[in-house]
Amino acid sequence: MSMKKIFLFFIGIIFLGCKENNSSKTEENFQAKDIPTYNFEELEKQLPQTDDKVYVVNFWATWCAPCVEELPFLTMLDEKEKEVEVILVSLDMPKMKDTHLKPFVEKNKIKSKVMLLDDPYSNKWIPKIDENWDGAIPATLIYNSKKKKFYPKKFDTYQELLDEVQKFENVN
Amino acid sequence: MRTFKILTVSAAIIAVSAFAVNNVVDSEESSNSSEKGYHIGDTATDFELKNIDGKMVSLADFEKAKGFILIFTTNHCPYAKAYEDRIVALDKKYKLKGYPVIAINPNDPSKNEQDSFENMQLRAKQKGFTFPYLLDEGQKIYPVYGATKTPHVYILQKEAGKNIVRYIGAIDDNYQDTEAVNEKFVENAIDELLAGEKVSLTTTKAIGCGIK
Repeated sequence: MSMKKIFLFFIGIIFLGCKENNSSKTEENFQAKDIPTYNFEELEKQLPQTDDKVYVVNFWATWCAPCVEELPFLTMLDEKEKEVEVILVSLDMPKMKDTHLKPFVEKNKIKSKVMLLDDPYSNKWIPKIDENWDGAIPATLIYNSKKKKFYPKKFDTYQELLDEVQKFENVN
Repeated sequence: MRTFKILTVSAAIIAVSAFAVNNVVDSEESSNSSEKGYHIGDTATDFELKNIDGKMVSLADFEKAKGFILIFTTNHCPYAKAYEDRIVALDKKYKLKGYPVIAINPNDPSKNEQDSFENMQLRAKQKGFTFPYLLDEGQKIYPVYGATKTPHVYILQKEAGKNIVRYIGAIDDNYQDTEAVNEKFVENAIDELLAGEKVSLTTTKAIGCGIK
């Protein structure tokens, strides 16, 4: 445990600080009217496996209070971290798409990718996300090309979410 | 004055970080709560909870029952609402055969007004509930069972005075559309128990609202 390591650590912190300041995404504002609806098979095709980004796939719904509480951490992560892509998979009822989901996304100016998962045979697809998940939301899947981890819980702080994501960024 | 401000801010940051660390630990523990709950074959605890009619209800009150369809459900959750009519139908079909429905609201009413005792009474009246709808006051019972969401079903079978867990999971395989249901998990399990057979599908999964 040398001085060199400590030095590198501080350089790392400075570097992270810069990264956060400079990398806010310049993508077009997400248009709520474009929210696509998928069944599970179609959803799987939307979850890339190839590049080195870290993907954060969050299962939520507008009526789920703890989901809505942690949502700002996810959208903040998406905006601040260039190498992270957040995918918000809504489990709102399909009939709530126009009445609840779209207005919610618009009102909260959510720029992250939002999609509606409409696949009622959940006993079939839940174990494909994680075999220990019993279906309670919120729940989040974080993965990159090398590993994946499932979090059947709410993130209580931005830092807690960021710490988990950084564990993936450090895997090389 | 400025130094004081900086000190205050630093102290606040330290306090917040300490809190964050605690939260990480707590939530990691709570995420495993379902593993701490009942498994198939375990003996389920009895309870004494307040029903919407104001009376206390225990499993021991149902002397003639062969078992129970215990359902953790609630008012506010759209997934629970989607099953209300089917829960009433289950009770009507199986109460006479010895498996009554017992519904328990595990949510803390202070977190969502819709889940208050008064609103439970109202909802039960609107939907014509034919079964007890109990409030898990103080949230002591659902963690023992290991329920994580609503709706979350536990089928219990009486055996030598004990209530043995025979099934944990969903009511059927399609929350959206009763007509499109392919597998009636709870009905199949109870039919098997009534026929003196073992339950063939003991656990299933479904999306539900996390208990809070």
